Amino acid sequence: MARRAAVLLALLPLCGQAAPPGDRYVTVPGGAFRSALRYEDAADGTTVAPYRLMRRPVTNAEFLAFVRAHPEWQRGRAAVVLAEPRYLSQWSGPLSLGDARPDQPVTWVSWFAAAAYCAAQSARLPTWTEWEYAAAADETRRDAREDPAWRERILSWYAQPSTGALPAVGGQPPNVYGVQDLHGLVWEWVDDASALLVSADNREQGAADKLRFCGAAALSTDDRENYATLMRVALLSSVQAADATGNLGFRCAKDLP
Amino acid sequence: MKRLLRILAAVLALAPLSARPATPPALPGDSVYQLPAALTDASGKPVEWRELRGTPRVATMFYTSCKYICPLVVDSLRAIERKLSAAERARIGFVLISMDPARDTPEALARIIAERKLDPARWTLLQPDPADLRGLAGLLGIRYRSLADGEFNHSTSLVLLDAEGRVLARTDQLGADGDAAFLAAVRAAAASGTGSGR
Repeated sequence: MARRAAVLLALLPLCGQAAPPGDRYVTVPGGAFRSALRYEDAADGTTVAPYRLMRRPVTNAEFLAFVRAHPEWQRGRAAVVLAEPRYLSQWSGPLSLGDARPDQPVTWVSWFAAAAYCAAQSARLPTWTEWEYAAAADETRRDAREDPAWRERILSWYAQPSTGALPAVGGQPPNVYGVQDLHGLVWEWVDDASALLVSADNREQGAADKLRFCGAAALSTDDRENYATLMRVALLSSVQAADATGNLGFRCAKDLP
Repeated sequence: MKRLLRILAAVLALAPLSARPATPPALPGDSVYQLPAALTDASGKPVEWRELRGTPRVATMFYTSCKYICPLVVDSLRAIERKLSAAERARIGFVLISMDPARDTPEALARIIAERKLDPARWTLLQPDPADLRGLAGLLGIRYRSLADGEFNHSTSLVLLDAEGRVLARTDQLGADGDAAFLAAVRAAAASGTGSGR
């Protein structure tokens, strides 16, 4: 046991290493990856290029600073075609959080607003594949998805009713890359959320499906046990870019310099 | 007094705006032209997305190398065009935005215009800036994913926009027969004039 702990400790510095204290991003090394989604064009998996990912989801305080600097994104000013009427409705005013806590993840943000926030930081939203790749890790492994205990832990979050106030960001142990809260806090926008072409009914096949989705059929999965991923995909495939919900937030990513 | 000063300051701040008669009326908040986006047309001319304001348009996305549904997308738009009267036709624009800007250069778009005999007075084929592509798709509610072989998976909605860029109707029904309710909406948009954008 002691020996194993020593090995783990020896590994730890490797994981969070690239970032100086206070840096909001960590470097996620690239690698081969097999998505839980069955991509007909990438049956053997794909390769993820190394990238930088925010350690934590963007908070209310951080988003407030953004709308102060970019008034066009304040509640009441943002065009409804880019952010639906419930945009930032958890705040007491366009520039006041009210009961929303500064360290809670910001939610009630549209894809357009999230993308604008990241662009203002010279960043971008992560792609779905980048997100899924980082979220496959646990504290010690880059891919923990086959571990029933890991799956159980994530599923237990989905089983909790989401009626209470959102916890603060950073409440969960960093994964092997140093990234926190990928599971168990909020859903997160990805850049290509609108690439997740999931048929409303997975049994829908054949001509109807072909017509709705030009080319290949809608995505399906190789991994029916991976509910954590499938629920994310189902949610992201059901929202439009101007939509906002009370449990959908985001974090930004960057290419390596 | 302090309050009065504040009001005065606010009025002064507004004054320069209202003193410019040439400024077009503000875009409605539900106009798709609210999104800044840069595109290039089939003649190679840069086009700001909001420049399409002023005419009701039927918009959708496609890519020129598409073998399956995209020819059908053009067919469906042409079927709508054919069913309009000459007067209606003169008041409606057709917009095809490429989801494959890397390959759909102005030359590739011009080729489609020639091959499909599209009237450039009515048809606008656009190569978007890659950075604006997802946003434009989001506005039109179109989902797409690029595949390893260069093809795309995508949904096929036709979206009717009024002159101000508000979505009036949409349909997923393709083909020569088309969607009667959608065609009726296109006719109504054409009848409403060249649009309040002028």
